[in-house]
Amino acid sequence: MHELSLMQDTVIIATKQAREAGAHHIHRIMMRVGALSGAVPETLEFAFDIVAKGTMAEGATLEIERVPVRCYCPACAQEFEPTDLVCECTGCGRPSVDIQRGRELHLTSLEVS
Amino acid sequence: MCKDCGCGLPGDVAIDGVRVGGETSRLAEPRAPGASARPDDHGHVHPHTHDHEHTHDHGHEHEHPHDHEHPHDHEHDHPHAHVHESPHTLSVEQRILDKNDRLAERNRGYFHAKGLYVLNVLASPGAGKTAFIERTAADLGQRVRLGVIVGDLATENDAVRLRGRGIPAIQITTGSVCHLDAEMVSRAMERLDLNALQVLVIENVGNLVCPAVYDLGENARVVLLSVTEGEDKPLKYPVMFRSAQVVVINKMDIAGAVGFDRETALRNVRRAAPEATIFEVSAKTGHGMDAWYRYLDEAVR
Repeated sequence: MHELSLMQDTVIIATKQAREAGAHHIHRIMMRVGALSGAVPETLEFAFDIVAKGTMAEGATLEIERVPVRCYCPACAQEFEPTDLVCECTGCGRPSVDIQRGRELHLTSLEVS
Repeated sequence: MCKDCGCGLPGDVAIDGVRVGGETSRLAEPRAPGASARPDDHGHVHPHTHDHEHTHDHGHEHEHPHDHEHPHDHEHDHPHAHVHESPHTLSVEQRILDKNDRLAERNRGYFHAKGLYVLNVLASPGAGKTAFIERTAADLGQRVRLGVIVGDLATENDAVRLRGRGIPAIQITTGSVCHLDAEMVSRAMERLDLNALQVLVIENVGNLVCPAVYDLGENARVVLLSVTEGEDKPLKYPVMFRSAQVVVINKMDIAGAVGFDRETALRNVRRAAPEATIFEVSAKTGHGMDAWYRYLDEAVR
């Protein structure tokens, strides 16, 4: 469950940013998580409660924006959203190696005071 | 344990049985020009407060010039008087794996400077990673000198096994951590005589999920799949297989006995890892290993 490590890093980044902005509390953490990021949003949420304890993010709400996979097929010259994570073109069936979106694992913003 | 976040990392991580934490990796100092600071020696960032005067406003994002290490650990009251009372939004836009990826790039630069070719070997537990590495090292002998960093949750069995075959090997035991990260590798490699090697093999923790997202600074990822695991494994773990430059199907010597459907397996590997080079081998008998050695020879050159 590497989500624990990932959330640990998220909380470290969040508390650093919040402190640098002169804040004392983090009320909300907003993340963007792609379907191909290798992280499971539900597990991130579970891990967050554990790692936030005792930090200025304790009790904060975690909001995760899920990003579906989007690929490009050079043969069809079009972008497509694959039906699964194998990323085969919905037009011609060829596997795509050009992943345009879906690998995101970002801390996007914080609500602080 | 970390006093700021209470996380406990990396208290359980040990290299050849020595717990990590008291020393600084040689890659941590000096910093690369323009690189962000590594504020402490145990793997994650600690924010610090400081009491000197700032003349700039704090209502906007800015580059913080004070990223040097602070040797003291007492708390200062932050002198800024303009603390925001009502909740407001801070835009951050930071990649969570940014720190690991920066360290991985540093590893990569270091490996490159040493003229080392580095493989990250990944598979489920029991797929035959250690046997595959052992066979490769033994067959290549002095032609291509190979060293190993091996990661497991516990025991030094794999490093002992490899050293028993005359292969330089360092064991990382991760405790409860399910993957290797770039920092663990940078610490472990200090204990290998890299100048004596041409290839460094990093045998990752047996796991097809978590290690997929951690760049270690390798040149190529080798994902192993054994014939006993089922032909649909690449479709079940697409993130891992997609990241592979090489996919090795191991234990081909028992393919018949376990009813392995070779065509289906190859099709699934190509679907999940369309750019990977595929080798079908038996690390036990040596079947198919020559093609892998030719690939490796070419890559090292």
